[in-house]
Amino acid sequence: MSGILGKKLGMTSIFDENGQAVPCTVIEAGPCYVTQIKTKERDGYDAVQLGFDEKKARLVNKPLGGHFARAGSKAMRWVREFRNFNGTALKPGAEVRVDLFHQGDVVSVTGKSKGRGFQGVVKRHHFGGVGMVTHGQSDRVRAPGSIGSSSFPSRVFKGMRMAGRMGHTQVTVRNLTVLKVVPESNLLIVKGSVPGAINGYVEIVREG
Amino acid sequence: MDKLKLVEATQLKKDIPEFKSGDTINVHVRVVEGDKERIQQFQGVVVSRRGAGVNTTITVRKVSDGVGVERIFPLHSPRIARIELVKEGRVRRAKLYYLRKLASKAVTQKTSV
Repeated sequence: MSGILGKKLGMTSIFDENGQAVPCTVIEAGPCYVTQIKTKERDGYDAVQLGFDEKKARLVNKPLGGHFARAGSKAMRWVREFRNFNGTALKPGAEVRVDLFHQGDVVSVTGKSKGRGFQGVVKRHHFGGVGMVTHGQSDRVRAPGSIGSSSFPSRVFKGMRMAGRMGHTQVTVRNLTVLKVVPESNLLIVKGSVPGAINGYVEIVREG
Repeated sequence: MDKLKLVEATQLKKDIPEFKSGDTINVHVRVVEGDKERIQQFQGVVVSRRGAGVNTTITVRKVSDGVGVERIFPLHSPRIARIELVKEGRVRRAKLYYLRKLASKAVTQKTSV
């Protein structure tokens, strides 16, 4: 397994060899720096910790600053761990770049979805709503309907789908094809959409 | 945003003539039949031009054997071999959807300089 951290830059489309316009997302991926190597002996599992998006050293608090200093890497805004990273030869402070990926690779992308605020069941859980617009009904169109039976069980089951906060959760989109890699400008172009807003951080992992 | 533009720039064509709604253009389309490729021409009035960057599309309308035909082309598609400006038009709208309701003579009147 190998992966990289990146920032979603936005969507556009590119033409494939048949002249077909393919929707794609442009991700600024890397350069990432290895901030820590975790080993089975010491930490209980093998992992590589990567940092992405440089920030000024004076903006880092002391504990994190020490962590980066020990790895010999610059201060980073975003730090994530990758389990069983196949580049086990990596040393702390090493650079991980997009050229890790090639055209045609299949990747999964994890990001934080856009927050939608408090949403009803129709948008949040794809309910169909209850009523009709006519026949004397006034405000049942987007209603949730019944949430359970009566005296038995006399309660609402846990996990009942209801209205509430939607979005701003971790979402993974799997099996996206890499359409293009531009190592000079650290760009990764994948087919289709990727969770999150523009400038949101995403984690890209090779599938399989 | 700049890097996004960089990606788009690699997709854009540079040899597209300047034209706007109301102009008559001739679009040379690459048509692939089996393993052979030939050029097909489609001449008509530009009814709309929408989108930006790579996603720009144009709608071209012509009347063929008394039947109105509209084709939508992605402007920067590699399937478009060439675009030729045939005649400039003078119109007061950006989207000429009203041409659909007009007789062909009226179309000429509406779009002529």
